[in-house]
Formats: sequence, structure tokens, C-alpha cells
Amino acid sequence: MKRLPGLLTQKRTVSFSEFLIERLIGLTGLSAVALVIMIFFFLIREGVPAFFEVPFSSLWSTRWYPIEDYFGLLPLIAGSALVTIGAAAIALPLGLTTAIFIAEIVPRWAREFLKPLVEVLAGIPSVVIGFMGMLVLAPMVRVALDIPTGLTAFTGMILLAWMALPTVVSVVEDVLDTVPRTYRDAGLALGMTRWQTIWRIVLPAGRSGILTALMLGVGRAIGETMTVMMVTGNAARMPYAPSDFFMSVRTMTATIAAEMGEVAQGSAHYHVLFAVGLTLFVITFLVNIAAAAMVFRQAKRSERMLS
Amino acid sequence: MFNRQIAQRIAFILISLTALLVILPIFAILGYIVAKGIGAISWEFLTSMPRNGMKEGGLLPAIVGTLLLTLGTGMIAVPIGVGAAIYLAEYAGDNALTRAIRIAIINLAGIPSVVYGLFGLGLFVIFLRFGTSILAGSLTLGIMTLPVIISTAEEALRAVPQEFRLVSTSLGGTRWQTIRRVVLPQALPGIITGIILGLERAAGETAPILFTVAAFFLPRLPSSILDQTMALPYHLFVISTQVPGMPIRIQYGTALVLLVFVLSMNVLATLIRRHYRKQRVW
Repeated sequence: MKRLPGLLTQKRTVSFSEFLIERLIGLTGLSAVALVIMIFFFLIREGVPAFFEVPFSSLWSTRWYPIEDYFGLLPLIAGSALVTIGAAAIALPLGLTTAIFIAEIVPRWAREFLKPLVEVLAGIPSVVIGFMGMLVLAPMVRVALDIPTGLTAFTGMILLAWMALPTVVSVVEDVLDTVPRTYRDAGLALGMTRWQTIWRIVLPAGRSGILTALMLGVGRAIGETMTVMMVTGNAARMPYAPSDFFMSVRTMTATIAAEMGEVAQGSAHYHVLFAVGLTLFVITFLVNIAAAAMVFRQAKRSERMLS
Repeated sequence: MFNRQIAQRIAFILISLTALLVILPIFAILGYIVAKGIGAISWEFLTSMPRNGMKEGGLLPAIVGTLLLTLGTGMIAVPIGVGAAIYLAEYAGDNALTRAIRIAIINLAGIPSVVYGLFGLGLFVIFLRFGTSILAGSLTLGIMTLPVIISTAEEALRAVPQEFRLVSTSLGGTRWQTIRRVVLPQALPGIITGIILGLERAAGETAPILFTVAAFFLPRLPSSILDQTMALPYHLFVISTQVPGMPIRIQYGTALVLLVFVLSMNVLATLIRRHYRKQRVW
């Protein structure tokens, strides 16, 4: 939107209360920046001592067993990575097809109904999804694959993918919306079928946005806590082989959530858990910055396309 | 020509099938929880204290706790969030500061909920000595909810046509009078929708309240904002993972109450949006 014309922003004599209110609004405007800095500061304050209290060789090992002071972070990082990558690999194609289905295939009345429905999915609390995962999906996985327990990385991936879908779907929908109508019309006018238009014109024109959807989906999945804690079994072990998909893993988020309630404040374990939180903060920070940069570039690009 | 039509048909069928794979489980989950949980719902279940290690009795402290936390979250997040949105939509210039604010909001929105829990523990519970309390939990949830409220409220404010502001100014209104009397009332439905959606998310969250407010089992109502309280999402987590031999009926009943609580807010937001979109004159 265009900025206000000069007249509107001109300074004029205002009452003191008005002056005060405008300063307050300015302060609230800064709140987001202040909060990000504060969160970063407190994670550093409580997390960085871990790197002095626990030798690096212990942190960089594969054994997480805090009761005996083994703080190997590798299995937690590997667990998070495994579940997140798996979830993204499932969520991206499904999100893409769901978005195409909603935006391009179904009639208008169905769209009016499906879009809020996907929002409902985003609104289901993660603890409810974890609960259903434990009681319904995990037994299904156990029986279908004939394995000793259904609480596996695979179960977590499916649920995380499903939970990341609203994010992916809405980003892809936005991308499909930004592809100019004239592009589609040109395709159809040339005698292409609707599918050919989608496949050859709409998707290529919006491909940069699909990467954004992937990154935001990853950002959503890596931070998810309750669901993974409830369905992945929480065994802190290193995944080595592809078959480990169907074994129990433990993620960084689940470790914090499960253990922070029981540690002594100020202990090495406490500091290590904050260090894990700091790592998560840095990862999501980078992922979101990258995604935002891509959205920005893409906006510029579509402006060029339209002009 | 024939082949292209067949290709289109096959592609559409495949896409529809995968989309159904996403959409049908939503119905399945909702339907399953309603079917399994409805039997547990009774007046007593909603209004009595849990008894016998939570295996009997009701959800009252958890329901009251979640209501109080949602209210507290709103009291923190609404004034700051709407203020920040007004700043971004009406005052902020196109400069480095504004860009920094936008990056900060994007990052706040992306921080994992459990990390908010850690932050709340470090700042409110320990550093400011609020202890595990409704105050600490509301502040934590409030901060987590801010980015949702800021983004939706800003969008609502920006949707108000520029002419409205011009007219108000030409009649001698100051900038704040224009915002207060013209822009805000016009944007209000959109802002309220955003607030409800933000609070909906806060009400269903478990990870941020784990170490800041939630009590495992506390069969009485809180008497001050410095008390701990039970809360529905945490309660569901507890009775489905931490208490052996929990009757399944109570688990599903709790899930149903939480789901109804959260999704009714979602429906309310959708209805408000629909209603005012129809009435809007611009």
C-alpha cells in the first residue's frame, strides 16, 4: 500500500494524551525486536554455561544418559533431523497436491468449505494429535509392519507431516494465486487442457514459492514437541540404517519437554537442556530468515512479471 | 486430443486421492474423538474435581485453568499486539527499523513452543521470581501469541481504504483521532478474528506451560495469579502418558472437551469474518 501523502503525516499540535498514546504505540512496535533479543539473551545466559561444564567430547558423542552425566547430543540432533526430513518429504508432495486440489480442481463452493477445514487442522492442539497417534496410528503401524512397537520415528513423521500440511498448503495456495490470470488464459486459449495449464504454466511460474513452503514446513516440523514426544518412543539412540525409521527415536524438543521438569535448577543437565533450546532457536531463526528472504525475492519477481 | 484428456483425468484423480488422504483423516479424528468421548461427558465431568488419582471425577480445575490462562494470554498479547500492528500499519516508515521489526515478528512466529517454555522458565519463573504460576504461564503464552495477533491485525488495518483516512484528516482529525475513530472501528472485525485465532492456539498449547504454570494434579481452584493450575492440554498429556490404568473413556472425554473448547473459537472466528465481510461497504 502507498504511504500516506505528506499532508497526513504532517506534525500538528496535539494534546498531551495523544502524544503519550503515540509514544506507547511506538514502544509496542518495538516489542517484537526486544522480545527476540530477550529470548536469545536468556537462552544464552542459561545455555552457554553447558559448554564450560560439560567437555566438548561428551556433548559430541552418541550417548545421552544424563543421570550418569552422559550428555551426547548427537542422537537428539539425529532424531530431530530424521523425523523432520521425513516429515518434510511427506508433507511437500501432499501439500502441493492438496493445494492444487483446493485451488484449481474443486468447484468454488467446495473451496469455501475446504479452506476453513484445513485451518481446522491447524487448530487441533498438538497434544490431541499425539493422543490419537498413540492410540490409533501407532497400533496400526505396529500391526502393518509387524514390529514390536508402533512408537517409531516413522509414526512421528506421518503425524508431523500432516500437522505441517496447513502451512505448506497455504503457502502453495498463495503462490498459485500470484500466477497471473492471463498466463492461464493464454494456455487455455492455445487449446491446452486445464491439467496441461497447471503442469506446464502455473507450477513452473510458481516454483520458487514451493521451496518457501518446504522451508516453512520444516520450521514447523522441527519445533513440534508434544506430538513427537508422545509417538516416537523417546529412546535416545543413534539411527544408523534405513531400518531405524521404524525404531524409536528421541528429538531435541521432546528431550527438553520430558526432562526440564525434573532437573535441578543450575545443574549441568539444566544448562545442557537450555543449550539444546538455544540450538533449536538458532536453527529455526536461520530457516525462517531464509524463507522470508525467498518470499521477498519472489514478491519482487512477480512484480516484475506483472509490470 | 484423446490422450490429453486421459492424461488430465488420471492426473486429477491422483491429485484428488492424495488430497483426500489429507482431508479425510481430519474428519476421522474429529469423528472418532466425538464418538469415543461423548459418553464421558456429563455435568459432573465438567464441574467436579478429579478424584481417585484422576481416574474418577471431573475436569473442573483444568477447565478453569485453561480459561484463566486464555484470559491472561489475551490481557498480555492483545494490547501489545494491536499496538504493534497500529504502529506497523499507520506509523512505521520504510526504513531499517521497520525491516528489523518484521524480521523479529517472523522469527517470533517460528520459535518452537518448547523454547518459549524455556524462556518463560528462565525469565518469569526464575529471574523475576514469579514461580510456576498463572502469571508466568500467561506471560509466556502471551509472548508466543503476539506474532499471530500482530500479523492479522496489521492486515486488517491495511485493508481499510486510504480514502477513509484522507476524509478524516481533511475534516481536521489528528492522526490518532483518525486511527481511533475511523480506522480501528473499520478494522475491528478483522482484528478480533486474529485475536481469537491467536488465543485458540494458546489455549491448546502444552509445551510452553509445562515448566511455567501447569500442575500435574491439583484438585482445587487457583486463588491468585501466583498459584499453579491444571490446564486441559497438559491434563490430557498427563492422563494419556503418565498415569497407568487410566480409563480410556476419561481420556477421550478430556480430548473432546479440549477439542470443543479450541475449535469453537476457530468456528467463532470464521463466523465473525464471514458476517462482517458481507456487511462491509468497501
